[in-house]
Amino acid sequence: MVSLSDLKRINDYEWEIPTKVNENMQVPVRIFATRKLLESVMEDQSLQQAVNCATLPGLVGHVVIMPDMHQGYGFPIGGVAATRYPEGVISPGGIGYDINCGVRLLSTEIMQDEMTAYLEDLASALNHFCPSGVGVKGRLRLTDKDLEAVCREGSLWAKKQGYASQVDLQRTEESGRMEGANPTSVSDRARQRGRDQLGTLGAGNHFIEVEVVDQVFDPQVASIMGLKEGSLTLQIHCGSRGFGHQICTDYVASFQNAVKRYGIHLADRELVCAPLTSPEGQAYLSAMRCAANYAFANRQVLAHYARQAFEQTLAGKINNWQLNQVYDVAHNIGKIEWHTVDGELMKLCVHRKGATRAFGPGNEELPEEYRAIGQPILVPGSMGTASWVLVGSEQSMQRSFGSTCHGAGRTMSRAQAKKKIYGEDLRKSLQAGGIHIRAGSLSGLAEEAPEAYKNVDEVVETVIQAGLARKVARLAPLIVVKG
Amino acid sequence: MVDTSLSGFEEKEHTADCKLKVWGQDFPQLLTMAAVGMYALMGLQLEKEPRLERSFRIAFSDPEDLLVSFLNELLYYIELEELGFDRFELKIDDRELTARVFGSYIASLSKEIKAVTYHNLKIEHSSRGLEAVIVFDV
Repeated sequence: MVSLSDLKRINDYEWEIPTKVNENMQVPVRIFATRKLLESVMEDQSLQQAVNCATLPGLVGHVVIMPDMHQGYGFPIGGVAATRYPEGVISPGGIGYDINCGVRLLSTEIMQDEMTAYLEDLASALNHFCPSGVGVKGRLRLTDKDLEAVCREGSLWAKKQGYASQVDLQRTEESGRMEGANPTSVSDRARQRGRDQLGTLGAGNHFIEVEVVDQVFDPQVASIMGLKEGSLTLQIHCGSRGFGHQICTDYVASFQNAVKRYGIHLADRELVCAPLTSPEGQAYLSAMRCAANYAFANRQVLAHYARQAFEQTLAGKINNWQLNQVYDVAHNIGKIEWHTVDGELMKLCVHRKGATRAFGPGNEELPEEYRAIGQPILVPGSMGTASWVLVGSEQSMQRSFGSTCHGAGRTMSRAQAKKKIYGEDLRKSLQAGGIHIRAGSLSGLAEEAPEAYKNVDEVVETVIQAGLARKVARLAPLIVVKG
Repeated sequence: MVDTSLSGFEEKEHTADCKLKVWGQDFPQLLTMAAVGMYALMGLQLEKEPRLERSFRIAFSDPEDLLVSFLNELLYYIELEELGFDRFELKIDDRELTARVFGSYIASLSKEIKAVTYHNLKIEHSSRGLEAVIVFDV
């Protein structure tokens, strides 16, 4: 068990677990956190899991941990681990079961004061148009041919079906389509699970929110993104649904044998991995990209449904009710990227598990309109609390493989949250605070109560002070739709 | 009917996911309690009729591998056929499980489990027979 005394303080926002803590560590662990945030995770397994992760073969630099860290299964949530390509490994558990879980933000020109009378209707319309909840299927039934097209094309498939504009695609990480996604690497089971779940939100911590921009920190950058104080936004948080869950399940199982074949010793079986260039590693990379493309298409179809809800509720009543894509980012993903480590430019496989890509200004991966300002970063808060829009910095490229935090981060177990908080009380209290709630399950609502999470403002302040990102705007929730 | 004095399950604390301790006198009973416990975590309720039966086989390399695969198989039935089971006939030889499971369609379900993980999973002998702690991604 790692204790605070094992940590070396770099500054108020940065700590290190040196390799001497565990003889199998290949690289140190670098943690971005205040002392208070660090202390909040000392009772769970986050740091031990980070140390376990640092024992994987082929790692370079540091294993990086963000301030929203919490215990996961295998890798901690809020972790970034980069292995050298081609000699390093890829670990499905380092990406997670919900492959390309991520966040999409859309802006509007609607001002809060003109919307008051329509918020209740809009909440109902979003709930109606956007399928959500445990076991809820979508309106689409994909043939195997359609599903393969979704795997290969992601958001481009959605555009061909009339669910997306060219701007939507441009303003999505990877333009909503990861290359190298071959559906032959996807099992029949994953295909079966994927056929009727495209265009669904799911349950758990996934949500659709309407927010108001309540504070702008950088008006020039906010204006480039279409964000204005007092205007409304819409945020979608979800991933690749059962399709991605099954792909990860399949490969975590098959990699149990791969580690034996390649003589890889692990601190935890959930960390199973395979060399990037091995047949197993290549097959997983391909399947993972299929799931990532499915998730991009999923958020795109949901954005289309949200646009229908806005049109039905607001057309003819409010001018300029349209939803414009700001950006869409993944926070559970593995990417082949180039980074400079110890002065050397390296091709790496960057695992982000509960961490958001945060490329700084000038990066050619970014759409032209964002190249000068850096990549938009979307950090959703816990339910009923603020969300943040940030931009990536040069320092994130140097210190965290171009990554930053992905949310508030849980601090209380679901069981504990349900014991302490009654769903109905929470619903009433959120409604009293002016938030319109549509939730499939009251116990599910209680599990996601704000008290079960860290303070997102504190998490964001930490990455800002650490230099990993810059503040653009803060969003306050008005409508929350959950499964 | 399962004898809960000799076998059972208990939800344990986990910051983000769900953790379940399960125990049973022997391996088939451990698997059965893991299934019952997972269904309980999900708030799964079954319809009374019609009663349905399914059979499947799972090849495995070690007991932990079988525990994960068995539960993932049940998750697959939930999602694909909307089926849950309340009676289990499990035969295990060295490398394969043969299962006949009996149940019905799902009447209600309150929580989604994305997957069963191998995280720190170890089936251990105890005074109650066998026990394990399973972490589920939710």
